Amino acid sequence: MLEVRNLEVVYDDVMLVLRGVSLRVPAGSIVALLGANGAGKTTLLRAISGLLGVHDGEVTKGSVTVDGEPVHHLRPAQIVRRGVSQVMEGRRILGELTVEENLRVGAHTAPRDLAANLDRVYGLFPLLKERRKGIAGYLSGGEQQMLAVGRALMAGPRFLLLDEPSLGLAPALVGQIRDLVVEINAQGTTVLLVEQNATMALSIAAHGYVMETGKVVMDKPAADLLSDEDIREFYLGLGAEGAARSFRAVKHYRRRKRWLS
Amino acid sequence: MKALLESLIRGLGNGSVYALLALGFVIVYKATRVISFAQPSFMIGGAVAVSYLAEVTGFYLAMVLAALLVAAVALGIERVAIRPMVGRPVFVVAIITLGIDVVVRVVVNGFIGLDVRQVGDPWGLSLVEIGGLAVQQRWLAMLAAAALLVGLLFAFFRYTRYGLAMRAAALDQETALAQGVSVGTVFALSWAFAGGLAAIAGTFVGTGQGVDQLTWIIALKALPAIIVGGLDSLGGAVAGGLIVGVVESLVQSYQSDLAPWLGQNFAIVTPYVVMLLVLLVRPYGLFGTREVERV
Repeated sequence: MLEVRNLEVVYDDVMLVLRGVSLRVPAGSIVALLGANGAGKTTLLRAISGLLGVHDGEVTKGSVTVDGEPVHHLRPAQIVRRGVSQVMEGRRILGELTVEENLRVGAHTAPRDLAANLDRVYGLFPLLKERRKGIAGYLSGGEQQMLAVGRALMAGPRFLLLDEPSLGLAPALVGQIRDLVVEINAQGTTVLLVEQNATMALSIAAHGYVMETGKVVMDKPAADLLSDEDIREFYLGLGAEGAARSFRAVKHYRRRKRWLS
Repeated sequence: MKALLESLIRGLGNGSVYALLALGFVIVYKATRVISFAQPSFMIGGAVAVSYLAEVTGFYLAMVLAALLVAAVALGIERVAIRPMVGRPVFVVAIITLGIDVVVRVVVNGFIGLDVRQVGDPWGLSLVEIGGLAVQQRWLAMLAAAALLVGLLFAFFRYTRYGLAMRAAALDQETALAQGVSVGTVFALSWAFAGGLAAIAGTFVGTGQGVDQLTWIIALKALPAIIVGGLDSLGGAVAGGLIVGVVESLVQSYQSDLAPWLGQNFAIVTPYVVMLLVLLVRPYGLFGTREVERV
């Protein structure tokens, strides 16, 4: 079980980005995390995987625990060894290395299982096996995303954090990625899936969280989220189809004066 | 023809020493984006360590021990002086390495004294005849040692776990971190490599002529080498070192006949002339990554 409790994250000592986020990812499940840009989804993932330091962020309150043990003060390498791997947004493959070298970098913390994990990844992504001697930077977007996921799997993680795996991919490829996530989960890896593509994420997740401006604002089983009025309107684009909306009914917020910024 | 070939071999010999030094610069640069100006002190430190150790253990073992010793010192310096500066502007760190260079050199100078110290190498200035060419043995030894070390290094970066980790960290630190690579270890390793390579280069600089308090200046010729080859290319460092060595040697052989108006000892400045020419044509070096910057 991966559990985040009441987590607060501050960037650059002043920007409060997460304000008391709590979240539970039970072992063996797929949990979706939805939210608009800037809601703090990626920050939450960074806090779990220990990559906040690179961005001058720090956890000021709350805790992240893996199977009951706190990990939020550990370095990224130690967290990977505990079985939590993150696939970063935007694929971030090592373009100048070959496909297989990319995968071997992923196996840095698990050198003994290199051969077994390599077989597993090549089994999941036969395309990568075909092109394993090729330069990774020459792969197509979808292949690069598969490489990024495969690389994370090389560490043999129990918890896989996927940050927008469908970003910038054609609909057919999005379906392929979805099937792969299901298969990876079926092989015994717990998945926390961050997505803007809510339809895709909720179709495979057991449970969903919705974040807005650094807080979890909704937390329901995926099926309930799919039928929720607001989610349908704001995330799935299915609200009141065709019906003209009166802009009078839209809530208005008066902008607060900000003296400090 | 004979003189030309002999000059070429001398150039390749010296060039391989520059290449070893340049490799140290490039390895540190790739890992930390800092040009470490501490290389001259590591070079001279290695040579002096060999000069003391060789009396006890013999030359070859002394060279290995000195390389390990200097690598350990470099590791320690990185941990104490450079690691706390992670995240600071690279300019600041580069200046710190200048300071480290001065400190280490002052300490090493204490061990050199006022005389020239011999490194106790078996070659001296003796010649060997190859196909009618009279070649100094030490040039050949330098070439062989550099070839061996470069081969080992490239194998290390290609096949080993830490070699790959270092390449990954050089390309994208955050990605490397996310894969569980400890970037601190990568920094430390890069400094240790730079120190060890510089120590071996220094030992070869000392062959034949010995080392004194001014020998460190030779390490600066690695700077033109890395600029010529490209700051972020290991292959470029080797090529740059060899090019600088060969050009220097050829100028040394022929300049007094062909262009006497340049005066004596013009060869000493040729590495920098080559660097300027390359900078004019290819500012990113022969093999470096072209930096695209929008203004």
